[in-house]
Amino acid sequence: MKNIANLSLRDISKTFTSEKGEKIESLSSISLDIENEEFICLLGPSGCGKTTLLRIIAGLDRPSTGSINLDGYGIDRPNPQIVMIFQEYSLYPWRTVVANIGFGLELRKVPAQERHLIIKKYIEIVGLEGFENSYPYELSGGMRQRVAVARALAVDPSVLLMDEPFGALDAQTRNLLQQELLKIWEKTKKTIVFVTHSVDEAVYLADRIVVLTPRPGRICEVISEDSPRPRDRTSIEFAKVRRHVLDLINQPKCSLP
Amino acid sequence: MKKPLYFFLPVLILIAWEITATFINNAFILPRLESILAVLLNPTATTYTMGTGSLIDNAKASIIRILLGFLLAAVIAIPLGIGMGRSEFVHEFFDSTIQILRPIPPLAWVPLTLAWFKIGITSIVFIIFIGAFFPILLNTIDGVRGIKKTWAEVAMNLGAHERQLMGKVILPGAAPTIWTGLRVGFGVAWMCVIAAEWLPGTTQGLGYLILYAYNFGQINVVVAGMVAIGLIGIGFDVLFKWVEKRWFGWRSLER
Ligand SMILES: Nc1ncnc2c1ncn2[C@@H]1O[C@H](COP(=O)(O)OP(=O)(O)OP(=O)(O)O)[C@@H](O)[C@H]1O
Ligand SMILES: [Mg+2]
Repeated sequence: MKNIANLSLRDISKTFTSEKGEKIESLSSISLDIENEEFICLLGPSGCGKTTLLRIIAGLDRPSTGSINLDGYGIDRPNPQIVMIFQEYSLYPWRTVVANIGFGLELRKVPAQERHLIIKKYIEIVGLEGFENSYPYELSGGMRQRVAVARALAVDPSVLLMDEPFGALDAQTRNLLQQELLKIWEKTKKTIVFVTHSVDEAVYLADRIVVLTPRPGRICEVISEDSPRPRDRTSIEFAKVRRHVLDLINQPKCSLP
Repeated sequence: MKKPLYFFLPVLILIAWEITATFINNAFILPRLESILAVLLNPTATTYTMGTGSLIDNAKASIIRILLGFLLAAVIAIPLGIGMGRSEFVHEFFDSTIQILRPIPPLAWVPLTLAWFKIGITSIVFIIFIGAFFPILLNTIDGVRGIKKTWAEVAMNLGAHERQLMGKVILPGAAPTIWTGLRVGFGVAWMCVIAAEWLPGTTQGLGYLILYAYNFGQINVVVAGMVAIGLIGIGFDVLFKWVEKRWFGWRSLER
């Protein structure tokens, strides 16, 4: 039995007006119900509006039409229950690892002692023991992303939005972080919306893969994937699913705007 | 010493100075090094300074003035710069005035300053204020505008309200650039204080001392005063750079 719908997107569109006054339609009537504790992957080509959609869910941008509901409440501004991990590098370079992870807790006035316990817990979860007092410039790209993940988890949101968090990493580190993310997800039971343009990554992670068309992004397919985790990338089963997804995204209705 | 060449030219100049001074033998044009050193090595003595107090007293007078003018400039320029950096509206309101006033050299303000504030410390402090104000302001605006949008959005996403955004993101993020503005502003202010002390009615300060000593033909005091001015200037700069490295090292180390 699945839980009742938790995060619902209703008919979301977004049109930007550029400096020159041209209208750029970035998203077009996106409707999707995301269930509690579900792992959703948004898959789509560059520029199709994936970041735009996450920003709207996070309440950082307003949609041109449509609405977002979390547990029945409308989202029109940043909400403490929804935390985003940004596509670009977003740590505070003047803060140590510990101070970066504790940032959200600090904003929420969590007392120092409690804060330290929470930070310690997430340092362990993301495997950054020994780097507590390092600055971001002393860390590798993969370690920085771990800090960003820990910073988001530390405030214990119910929805985690991840915008190509592992996009800039090498294949090995990426696979490792994907495994760890699944472990964390199983432990903390969050709803995750994960943006990627890697079919492999989507098939490895998702409960459901939401395929978007090129700009303006529309949903063209939603693929459920309920094979048990951890999934074996080298298995024939995995290859089949991958093939299936590739076939779907290459059909004209998904590959043409 | 790792870089012997680094000190070669200064030593050469000192030797050439001493030889020429001995040769010319006219302390009104080129005083001997010993006579200059005598002033510098007895900074608390009042014998060389013709009743203006010791070298230290004069330095103190200049430093107090510069601190007054400099702090006043910082207290006004930093909040204004943050406002202009954050809000297009505030920027639009102030920018034209600032662009018009900025190219006027601080010393061009002297006559008007005298007309407004008459002779005295207010005038000197005002000239220093003008000198320090613009570098601090422009760097603050730059610093605030250079804040990465993502830094602010992460904070908003995690629920920061306006005051937290200012205190935990804008200020720390802009701090290195603001600090550069303070360092540059201080350098300009230090130049201004020396010249401002030439205003009539001044009775103390390193700038005053060197002009006054010239009038008495005490060129060794003039040169000693110049050296003191240079050393104090370097001293403050080193202090600024030290703080920069200690607190704002992240900016240059960031990749
Ligand atoms: N603030 C903005 N003003 C104008 N146009 C914008 C703005 N933000 C995004 N766009 C446009 O909307 C479209 C979608 O952008 P978005 O960043 O959401 O793409 P994306 O799917 O995340 O791409 P990528 O995979 O490259 O990150 C792009 O064409 C972009 O130019
Ligand atoms: Mg994007």
